[in-house]
Amino acid sequence: MATTTLTDAGRTASANGRGSHVAATERPLLSGSEITCRALEAEGVTTVFGYPGGAVIPLYDALPQAGFKHVLVRFEQWAALAAEGYARATGKPGVCMATSGPGATNLVTGLANAMLDSVPIVAITGQVVESMIGRDAFQEVDITGITLPVTKHNYLVQKAEDLAPTIKEAFYLATSGRPGPVLIDIPKSVFMQQARYAQPANVGRRGYQPTSIPNMRQVRLAADAINRAKKPLIMAGHGILLSGASEMFGHFVEKSGIPVIFTLLGLGSFPESHPLALGMMGMHGHKHVNDALDEADLLINIGARFDDRATGRVSGFAPNAKVIHVDVDPAEVGKNIRTDVPVVGDALEVLRLLIPEIDEREHDDWRAWIDSRQNTTLASALEARPEWPEPYAIIKEIGEATRHEAIVATDVGQHQMWTAQHYGFEHPDRWITSGGLGTMGFGLPAAIGAKLGRPDLEVWAVIGDGGFQMSLNELATAVQEGLDIKIAVIDNGYLGMVRQWQDLFNQKNYSEVRITGPRLDKLAEAYGITGITVRSDAEIRPAIERARATPGPVLIDFVIEPEANVWPIVPPGAANSEMLLRDTRFQDMD
Amino acid sequence: MKERHTLAVLMEDQPGVLNRVVSLLRRRSFNIETITVGQSEQPNVSRMTIVVNGQADEVEQVGKQLYKLMEVLKVTDLTDLSCVAHELAMIKVAAKAQHRAEILQIVQIFNARVVDASPTTLMIEATGPEVQIDGLLTMLRGFGIRELVRTGPVAMTRGSSAVGLKDAPRVEREETIVANGALATVQ
Repeated sequence: MATTTLTDAGRTASANGRGSHVAATERPLLSGSEITCRALEAEGVTTVFGYPGGAVIPLYDALPQAGFKHVLVRFEQWAALAAEGYARATGKPGVCMATSGPGATNLVTGLANAMLDSVPIVAITGQVVESMIGRDAFQEVDITGITLPVTKHNYLVQKAEDLAPTIKEAFYLATSGRPGPVLIDIPKSVFMQQARYAQPANVGRRGYQPTSIPNMRQVRLAADAINRAKKPLIMAGHGILLSGASEMFGHFVEKSGIPVIFTLLGLGSFPESHPLALGMMGMHGHKHVNDALDEADLLINIGARFDDRATGRVSGFAPNAKVIHVDVDPAEVGKNIRTDVPVVGDALEVLRLLIPEIDEREHDDWRAWIDSRQNTTLASALEARPEWPEPYAIIKEIGEATRHEAIVATDVGQHQMWTAQHYGFEHPDRWITSGGLGTMGFGLPAAIGAKLGRPDLEVWAVIGDGGFQMSLNELATAVQEGLDIKIAVIDNGYLGMVRQWQDLFNQKNYSEVRITGPRLDKLAEAYGITGITVRSDAEIRPAIERARATPGPVLIDFVIEPEANVWPIVPPGAANSEMLLRDTRFQDMD
Repeated sequence: MKERHTLAVLMEDQPGVLNRVVSLLRRRSFNIETITVGQSEQPNVSRMTIVVNGQADEVEQVGKQLYKLMEVLKVTDLTDLSCVAHELAMIKVAAKAQHRAEILQIVQIFNARVVDASPTTLMIEATGPEVQIDGLLTMLRGFGIRELVRTGPVAMTRGSSAVGLKDAPRVEREETIVANGALATVQ
């Protein structure tokens, strides 16, 4: 619990050294809005993303005196996703706020995104005054009902004295166990009520006691399986990053000598340049990774939930492997994949206990076998297209120019997969993407949130021209905040991933995927920022360097070949071992 | 193999908790047959009896997902335990004068009782295992059932063991889940 920002009332209490009950009567009466701000300060909140409206006017009345910054977004959905970008870049919970009704419903996609990717965010929504609830009042919507399936928990606060304990509990729930979004709905009348603010004592709920320390018997069973395995693989998931276990994970990998494969969200948990890092698994993973999965006799999943894009057809997933599954959420164990050794606990705690139990190994034969399968994924994909900037090359150049140290936020689609495959993540919490929900429009607001959370790091947003047009209104936010973010639009004039599926699996029936847009360099100019257009391979690196040298937001429009595809690909419904390396229909023509 | 499972769920008695449980079961596509809810022996703790139809691993998922609700304190699968599972039914049956004696005889056989009467109907209240109520209904159907309401079963384990909260802390229960691949056992 952060105590550095204790409010006046809190300071009085601690200075007097009295019990809170006595001190409470001496505390001044505050409005619900002021209490909300103090409770947020007490949680160490420095930045919130939001948009005002009728029901939250009292809250916004208190914001100028609050000890945190409010960032005005241009659409509430992007407030939620900016809060996620902030959370993922900093490891601290992100906070967003919106008014009742449409403001609240606009948050829903962001909450669902945070739910599926286990990101800690706290959303505060205004609600109509209590006496009007249930009467279909202006801008009334049952947001706690609506968000039931997309929040870890939610609250409707009914009196001002409940605000501080509720906010404290919300942050505790959002950040502990398996993190996730928590929503607090606050009626306008509660913002306006008066109450005394007291820093709540410890929170806890009878029905919520996440398992952090694993059962040692299970850890030993896992160690035993690891020590016996001849062809083991480690599957590194987002849970490693969420528990801050990257360093411990590195020790585990090096002692065990076991090669590491990554889920989409697990990228960055271990340096991709390390000899034991094999690369991403699954639908657009590397061929040798999926081959290794097919051959492995043990799969050690740490902090991943066996998402279908990672596993491919479940019946064909790691068919020869025993499965160890380390997860903080017991409901994930056995949900999608049969598990031989479940270990329920926080990744950091599990690894801490597991490392002393495992043997130091090299696995030379197994690694040699995997190396022999090293496929020319990139080579086979890098077809000669001299007239267009090659998408793989764009990502590789951004990776090299930023020395693989930038925070990279993406949208969803082809550019996302190209970035995941080729940026080369070396550090934790630099890769910010929408995994489970696949939310288009994510990239720009996430980059904004990340930059506000980590102003010390270079931040890039890699976005497709489709997703960019969903959230380009946030350019104004970036400009208003003077954020030094670089935006690379991978522009093919198509909704590229859908077009690719229509190309490969629907007989090239391009239905509603052609998309036009504004001249992006002119758009940048309209927003008062630098816009660069790149139309050839040779222009890629100079454009990147110019963007990096220009302070403030810069927009680069990389005009790529309209029908470039992401390779390799596991066709939908196929096993990972059945991945296509490139368009087989054209192989005869080579 | 799909079979019926009876779950006893203890939860904090808070507004909206029934909505949370039902919403969860629906969105996870779990097939609920009946739900009953009411007080438990502890203040502010409700007890819900849920009958679901599913394979053992699906029902285990139901339990694990229920545990993710903040209000849920304990989930116990009573299916393989020795327990009493009874429901209550109220049946308004057409009872012409010439059929009354026969109906009253059936009522007696099934240990049910008549709780209201009109010149043309009898209201019968029956409690017991579901099959017993089914049997009573089969016998009464021929007379004409005018109205029927059934509660769905509530269940309790036999003997001195109890599905209570005073047992081991939750962490150990989760270890039980992990170690045995099963839900909490009765302490």
